[in-house]
Amino acid sequence: MAFLLPLLARGRPVVSDCLANGTLAGLTIMAFATIGVESLYHMGAWPTPIGIDLRLDPLASLMLIAVNVVGLAAGIYSIDYMRRYTDKHRYYCLFLLLVAGMNGVILAGDLFNLYVLMEIAAVASYALVAFGCERDELEASFKYSVLGTLASSFILIGVALVYGMAGTLNMAHIASRVSESGMGPSLHIAMALFLCGFGLKAALVPFHAWLPDAHPSAPAPVSAMLSGVLIKAIGIYVLARLIYNVFGAGEGVLEVLRWLAVISMVAGGLLATGQTDMKRLFAYSSISQVGYIVLGLGLGTTLGVVGALYHLVNHSVFKSLLFLNAGTVEYATGSRNLEQLGGLNRLIPVTGATSLVASMSIAGIPPFNGFWSKLIIIVACVQGGSYGFAAVAVVMSVVTLAYQLKVQRHAFFAAQPPASVAVHEEPRLMATAMVALAIGCMALSMLVLAGLSSPFLVGPAARTLVAGVFAS
Amino acid sequence: MIYSLCLLLILVGLYGVAVSRNTLKIVIGLLIMEHGVHLLLILIGYRTAGSPPIMDPGTTATDFSGSAVDPLPQALVLTSIVIGLGVLALMAALCVRLYERYGTFDIRAMTRLRG
Repeated sequence: MAFLLPLLARGRPVVSDCLANGTLAGLTIMAFATIGVESLYHMGAWPTPIGIDLRLDPLASLMLIAVNVVGLAAGIYSIDYMRRYTDKHRYYCLFLLLVAGMNGVILAGDLFNLYVLMEIAAVASYALVAFGCERDELEASFKYSVLGTLASSFILIGVALVYGMAGTLNMAHIASRVSESGMGPSLHIAMALFLCGFGLKAALVPFHAWLPDAHPSAPAPVSAMLSGVLIKAIGIYVLARLIYNVFGAGEGVLEVLRWLAVISMVAGGLLATGQTDMKRLFAYSSISQVGYIVLGLGLGTTLGVVGALYHLVNHSVFKSLLFLNAGTVEYATGSRNLEQLGGLNRLIPVTGATSLVASMSIAGIPPFNGFWSKLIIIVACVQGGSYGFAAVAVVMSVVTLAYQLKVQRHAFFAAQPPASVAVHEEPRLMATAMVALAIGCMALSMLVLAGLSSPFLVGPAARTLVAGVFAS
Repeated sequence: MIYSLCLLLILVGLYGVAVSRNTLKIVIGLLIMEHGVHLLLILIGYRTAGSPPIMDPGTTATDFSGSAVDPLPQALVLTSIVIGLGVLALMAALCVRLYERYGTFDIRAMTRLRG
């Protein structure tokens, strides 16, 4: 579908809208249909050591649902938002490639297939960041693509080392080879390279430099996809798979992850408070929240992983909602600068209400989903004995509340500034997408009804990770 | 010995990316680094005095797998070369567009996004 679009829809935006959103809706329905299904699909019916597998387990279903739901919401949002840009059919082509690449990474059972699909998603995202072709976007896309290609090269060196040691690229087989022969020095180097490469894709702190430039410069639905799902699907998800299911979670790796996570939390949160550009603030906030997720993963306990995966899904939903809100603010007023905005609650009320929901979720206010996931992560830290990390997590949660309130106050609640720019209405489809995500936020907080240590979909997913090395 | 030459190539590419001020030279540095990684992949599949992995009608599977160079890394490298080509096309287009906007290839001029 991604490749048919530029041919079929060249002059008529409506056709590309319908085809693209129809495909995204179909993918979302299929993602929900994967709940409770576990299977292994051999491509071309070649048996496992020779052929490539696609593996579906509860973790994969959770990620698929997150990716496709956010993709559908962003797709519906782009129907109206992308009217200001030319070449809408090419935009949808790249967007569908991005979603396809991410779905593929989640399902891949084979290390090289994972690399190829990750590259598909990454190249589509480099092009989408540059979509507006203004100075800022091109500079941001150039930085992003150089750093992203460097990361991919590191990952490929890691894959080469793993192949040299294990003789196979199928992740289940690598897992059994590693558990037989232990982690030799070449695998430690490979693990370090994977940490650098996928850490850059996930925007952990020493490798985060591309994110505050790339996410604000992309068109708003693309920012929602990038920040909401891309850094998770090709960054955190792959790291989690490799560390838990393929190599076995050694204490050294988990320690490194915990420290990187805490540094990300602190750096992202503190840098976010000083920003005046709304989307740049949300981008730094993403770095901080990714720190929370990786802290949960680095704890190694079931509760920690539950918290991490739950926060991953929650963050996908509320961060993409925040970016869509920022996009609507930009669409309505033409500016993202917090110092120039004001009084938007009266003028674009749906955006104001949904951004309030998202801000309360991300700051961790009780009935919303962010509260539950952060609580689980902090409890897991305390249970694991890392009281210092738990204290940092609590403090950074307060800082998160601070910068979210800054956005709310400047953009929505303040009085309208005297020299205010003309405000357009928010189009109905954009409002629909935002309301859908806000309902998603509130629905996600219901997942804990199945019990705090094992929420509905997240529990089985976490158990898949913690179950350890793949049984082949 | 030859692996260290491979590592040298990767480091040369990395040096190029880190030090260059010209966007095109950064792209070339990335390409050199990718060539180094591809070479590493092929070397991992190498067998001393091995034959090319093409099966003649006469040989059996056991003889073939005993004497031929491993074909899997070669397939991986082919895929990776194509991915590299896609990324190169995109980055070259970005360099051209950046030149149109800034009038120079010097990255020190492109510092609008900071903080």
